[in-house]
Amino acid sequence: MLLTGLGAAFFYLFAFVAIASAVMVISARNPVHSVLYLILTFFNAAALFILTGAEFLGMILLVVYIGAVAVLFLFVVMMLDVDFASMKRGALDYAPIGAMVGIVLASELLIVLGAQFIGVGQPGSVASPTPDPLTRTNTAALGDIIYTDYIFFFQIAGMVLLVAMIGAIVLTLRPTRPGVKRQNMGKQVARKVEDSIDVVDVETGKGL
Amino acid sequence: MFEDYIFPGLIILLQSVALLVALLVFTAFILYADRKVWAAVMSRRGPNVVGPFGLLQSFADLLKFVIKEPIIPSGSNKGIFLLAPLISSALALAGWAVIPVSEGWAIASINVGILFVFAVSSLEVYGVIMAGWASNSKYPFLGALRSAAQMVSYEVSIGFVIVTVLLCVGSLNMTDIVLSQKDGLGTHLGLTNSLLDWHWLGLFPMFVIFFISALAETNRPPFDLVEAESELVAGHMIEYSSTPYLLFMLGEYIAILLMCALTVILFLGGWLPPLDIAPFNWIPGVFWFIFKLCMVFFMFAMVKTIVPRYRYDQLMRLGWKVFLPISLFMVIATAAFLKFTGLA
Repeated sequence: MLLTGLGAAFFYLFAFVAIASAVMVISARNPVHSVLYLILTFFNAAALFILTGAEFLGMILLVVYIGAVAVLFLFVVMMLDVDFASMKRGALDYAPIGAMVGIVLASELLIVLGAQFIGVGQPGSVASPTPDPLTRTNTAALGDIIYTDYIFFFQIAGMVLLVAMIGAIVLTLRPTRPGVKRQNMGKQVARKVEDSIDVVDVETGKGL
Repeated sequence: MFEDYIFPGLIILLQSVALLVALLVFTAFILYADRKVWAAVMSRRGPNVVGPFGLLQSFADLLKFVIKEPIIPSGSNKGIFLLAPLISSALALAGWAVIPVSEGWAIASINVGILFVFAVSSLEVYGVIMAGWASNSKYPFLGALRSAAQMVSYEVSIGFVIVTVLLCVGSLNMTDIVLSQKDGLGTHLGLTNSLLDWHWLGLFPMFVIFFISALAETNRPPFDLVEAESELVAGHMIEYSSTPYLLFMLGEYIAILLMCALTVILFLGGWLPPLDIAPFNWIPGVFWFIFKLCMVFFMFAMVKTIVPRYRYDQLMRLGWKVFLPISLFMVIATAAFLKFTGLA
């Protein structure tokens, strides 16, 4: 599908801002600025998703990546006290490895893109045809596929995330030290007047 | 060219400007109402000098903020410092683009409307974090850290509440969400279309959770630890003055109104009249929408006056250990109910 007119104009706008801010992510001096540029990149990627009609993916990118993941990024970078200038000095040594990873990713993208031209009419590409956007919304179409054809992959992804979550909790779990006072809500609520106050008749001059 | 792009573009622009003006004027009076309610509970008079009954107080405040000098601390990160209030108010206003005020009265009736509002409200945390960091000062930074944790925590339960409502509706479009509340519990019992059909009754626990989470998400008391004046002075807004401060206040109140509007749309039947009989359904839907919006805001204002502030650990406990399990259970229970009764 070729974009024309206003669609093309917006595509070039979002694509240009996305690439420019992606460059700024690695060239900005201040790490917090880097993360803010990363957020701008995410934001434009979401806009590109919406432009191609994948509105659900675009919104999820906004909610999950920008609304939660990038917040934690920003959080950590703000708290870190690392001298990023000295870390960046040797950054150019990694250029060959970076270029290699980049080439691998780019060629994989090409293969994925090429599949729709090479594999036209192949069983895999006609098994779940794209429904007409006028009759089935993007969100519903995505749900149709995820919960039928790809249910096992979906559940495996969920299990991987669950394991990662439990792992993270276990990593931060420390054995409770003795003598640490903690609040127990149940105990506090269950406390009654009879348990805590003793009314005693004290004779004058005697004391207790 | 003209008929395809420019003319529709102009109409959208005019609609947006009309909505913005109406919203800003409404916000001015909502601010006044908030202060009046607060004062009434405390047996004070509240603003009563500017204009009749003090009605023009907010406009006087606006003038005062605009003509004062903005002070930018020398140690601050200037760009981000000035960007933060802009982000906070612009995002809050952007959320209103998809809110249907009456049937067909939305600037953008998009398929994923509810997700858009959810995304916008989750982005609002950036205004606070950026302000806290760029101020280069202790209290704003502490406020920013608190708000980041608080808003991310309560988004989770808001998300699950929205999912439960969507299960009952079967669409992410705001207009569809309202229209699906035309029939419900009341009509199943053989009554005429009324307020008993709306989601607040069938999903009452979720209504309560949503209301409380909305308070936490917008940093309203009793969850205003971000700007708790007894410990953090004014949180992320300490270093701000004049127009940037005004933008923060504006963003905050418009975000609150956005959450009120979301409550009305998700649970209180949007623009639908409370009883679908003669005198009530003559009144246009806009009136009902604004009426319900004011009622929900009145609840927000009353909570502010009568509930003491939460401690931070209590806030986190409520979000993660109480609301998250309940809302997660309700998602499963609602899905199972809809599946086995065949209503879905």
